[in-house]
Amino acid sequence: MADQLQLEVVTPERRLLSEQVNSVTVPGRGGELGILPGHAALISELQTGVLSYNEDGTTFQLHVSGGFVEVNGDRVSVLAEIAERPDEIDAARARLSREHTEKQLTSWNGTEEDFEKARAKLERSMVRLQLATSSLQR
Amino acid sequence: MANLLDIRRRIKSVKNTQQITKAMKMVSAAKLKRAQNRVVSARPFAAKMNEVLTQLAAQTPEDFHHPLLDARGDQRYLVVLVTADKGLCGAFNTNLLKAAQAFVKENAGKTIEFLTVGRKGRDFFRRRGKIVGEYVGLTGKGRVDFSEALEVAHDIIKRFTEDEEIDKVFLIFAEFKTVLNQRIVIEQLLPISRATEAAEESDTANSQDYIYEQPPAEIFSRLLPRLVETQIFRALLESIASEQGARMTAMDAASKNAGDLISSLTLNMNRVRQAAITREIIEIVSGASAL
Repeated sequence: MADQLQLEVVTPERRLLSEQVNSVTVPGRGGELGILPGHAALISELQTGVLSYNEDGTTFQLHVSGGFVEVNGDRVSVLAEIAERPDEIDAARARLSREHTEKQLTSWNGTEEDFEKARAKLERSMVRLQLATSSLQR
Repeated sequence: MANLLDIRRRIKSVKNTQQITKAMKMVSAAKLKRAQNRVVSARPFAAKMNEVLTQLAAQTPEDFHHPLLDARGDQRYLVVLVTADKGLCGAFNTNLLKAAQAFVKENAGKTIEFLTVGRKGRDFFRRRGKIVGEYVGLTGKGRVDFSEALEVAHDIIKRFTEDEEIDKVFLIFAEFKTVLNQRIVIEQLLPISRATEAAEESDTANSQDYIYEQPPAEIFSRLLPRLVETQIFRALLESIASEQGARMTAMDAASKNAGDLISSLTLNMNRVRQAAITREIIEIVSGASAL
């Protein structure tokens, strides 16, 4: 049995990642999901959060939002609506977006659907910020 | 015979036109390259999506119902027509509009409404049909983001789920085959047909036993809108690539024509000039012999 996983991260716009990795942790709908080589076939939805994977002892992180993950044999396919590396994140913009949506949410007067959208946006900006700042510290 | 000065003026104007068409060709060649790359990079996602959906379709019971899946009547259609914003791209828009009109004619008994993406389609059907929604400026700038495709897709899904009267949604767009060749595609977008899923199922007979974090039906129903989104996104990408391809070919032909025109005009101009010189010589000679 192979001791590595083939991790693929694709979004509708591009293929972000296709690499051999040792382990993957994805933000599933029911909580964090750790995937090691030899994992059973699985399909799960994703939620906004941090996907991290371990490649030869180094841990890398990505921001993913929406979509789902499929594990099949030694292949892990992540189909996310949004996926980006920490260095692609514009921290200043994320901070601005967080402040803006926070303000929007505290004095809410729109429809429920828009509320959901704003909430999702807030979540995304928070994860982005968290990733961007943690990658700066390193 | 035409005046020498007139011909010169004409040549100059044709040369100017040629410069413009040449520049446009160059621009669309660059844009085409980018658009093509985007079409290609969008493929893995769509392919994977179909794969997982067929897997899930096999796992969901026959009596599973979802608003995007259930067949309705056959009376009222919503046609999503993807055209370009700009002209000067050969028969690209004309072909699309013709196809759309033929579709209307074929389904003469039905009520057909349009949702147009692109200025050309909107302008054409403003007088000739009923337009319920329009998007202008999406395809014009030569690139489209997924979030923009989402906007269109959500609009369509919302219309379809809120208005039970809409029976089917069709999508008309130009698929990018090669630079010279675009194929017009008319496909049913909604309701998502189970027949195609069943056909694909047999191909992936080696379906595995998956662990599902949520019940398959639940994931399935969440994925169905995603499928519509990717389809719309793909249609927009393909359409942009096709448009740039068509424009490039059209502008190439225009530049060539201008070149032909210039050479024939130059020939004409030289003839006129020579005739004028000959006439002058004859005048001088006959003037001298009269002395």
